[in-house]
Amino acid sequence: MINFQYLRTTAVKTALNLIVKDPKAVFIAGGTNLIDLMKRGVATPEKLIDINHLPLKDIELVNNVLQVGALTSNTALAEHITVKQQFPLLMLALQSGASAQLRNVATVGGNMMQRTRCGYFYDITMPCNKREPGSGCGAINGYNRMHAIFGTSESCIAVHPSDMCVALVALGAQVVILGHKGERKINFSDFHRLPGTTPETDNNLRKGELITKIQIPINGFNQNYHYLKVRDRSSYAFALVSVAAALIIKNGLISDARLAMGGVAHKPWRLTSSEDFLKGKAGTTANFEAAAQLAMKDAKSFGENDFKLKLAPNAIVEALTIAKSKS
Amino acid sequence: MDEIDSHAQGDTRRDFLKKTSLFTALSLTPVTILKAADQKVDERFAELFEKIPLNFTVNNKAYQLNVEPRVTLLDLLREELHLTGTKKGCDHGQCGACTVHVDGKRVNSCLSLAVMNEGRNITTIEGLAKGDELHPMQRAFIKHDGFQCGYCTPGQIMSAVACIREGHANSKEEIREYMSGNICRCGAYPHIVEAIQEVKEKGGTI
Repeated sequence: MINFQYLRTTAVKTALNLIVKDPKAVFIAGGTNLIDLMKRGVATPEKLIDINHLPLKDIELVNNVLQVGALTSNTALAEHITVKQQFPLLMLALQSGASAQLRNVATVGGNMMQRTRCGYFYDITMPCNKREPGSGCGAINGYNRMHAIFGTSESCIAVHPSDMCVALVALGAQVVILGHKGERKINFSDFHRLPGTTPETDNNLRKGELITKIQIPINGFNQNYHYLKVRDRSSYAFALVSVAAALIIKNGLISDARLAMGGVAHKPWRLTSSEDFLKGKAGTTANFEAAAQLAMKDAKSFGENDFKLKLAPNAIVEALTIAKSKS
Repeated sequence: MDEIDSHAQGDTRRDFLKKTSLFTALSLTPVTILKAADQKVDERFAELFEKIPLNFTVNNKAYQLNVEPRVTLLDLLREELHLTGTKKGCDHGQCGACTVHVDGKRVNSCLSLAVMNEGRNITTIEGLAKGDELHPMQRAFIKHDGFQCGYCTPGQIMSAVACIREGHANSKEEIREYMSGNICRCGAYPHIVEAIQEVKEKGGTI
């Protein structure tokens, strides 16, 4: 690992002051992704600003909205009583990610900021437009079994690897961001972005800004839900495809639905057309299959990941079926 | 600036900076640093290649060290404190051989910078036994033959102790899930699960 300058502060304002002045400075929270990237030479910050001591670890329920500090560990969030009772979908997603050791350290904000696990991004001898803009994409005609089938571009077919983010996008969370010009709030579904011609930019956080918290409104999706993660081994692996599904069923009909997928796009992929289709319909296999087909409308595969075109709709139907059966 | 200058009398600027641990970033971001100093926030600054102070506890022993920012907790334990029980497997957070407890929580020490552990209490495999008396989990691993080559074992045992303390050892399935961050290429998993189950079923504080 190349050496770097290390700074630590307990004040949010100081952290913002430090980062805004230095283009080669980055925040470090849990560090479980960043330190790995630095060891491999993928990330080469000249300055790390340790934000672990900022007062951003509280979880509190205010007016039926759960406010989660960005430095909350993945473990603490999964085990919080309100998350267990109101957002069990999020709990399942968190528990399916990484390992117990990593979840103890990894933070909510860091989970959102983690980089793709594309092998070409991690190997500095390979072309990768995300790591080195203009160098090309090794994955499009290379090893792309883990890669995206939605929202890809000629520049990049990488996926965002998070499970937590898939549940949060399904639950309609919001992200609170602090910068020098003050606070702004964006929908979780607008936080991450598609690669387009600038895959080096993973999300819409601007230079000099800090994620301070996420907000999750209590919404009743705590009865019929499931997080299905399909992977190469039964635990501790990134998703080939994952599905967050939640239904509200009244009088035998679906009154509201939430669906999102992981492992298929450069961002957590919410399936709004499938959600809309399901509203007002019965939770039958035929309806679930039709919703899954709608979700696949613009899917495109790249060879090794052709199987996702079949796996993804199957996973949607399976997740919906399990969610429905919980009533 | 006046206050800092008056403190610095008789010292070189560098000596002064080292003493105060408000290191060299002064010249880079003077306004910020002065503001930070006024607010008395905890600031530590280190120039490239410069060691910075680290005070923490390992296995109930207090250490006052100076380390380079890039040194991981794993490398510090092994190379400087000579606690080589904690193993370097993959060095990328994928195998769990480097698992230690930080303030009672299991973490991968390969993915933690040593300087990020200021003020923390670290427990390694060397800190588990009480003198010559092995920890119950160590005894259970021996009894159930929970290893072959033994390289992953310190990490497995540290993770296993945490698994029970966290309350995630209530069935074989739950143990497998919550031990999935520790890879054993010899394939001793069934025996590891048996060892953890036995310690869990015996109850008591571990």
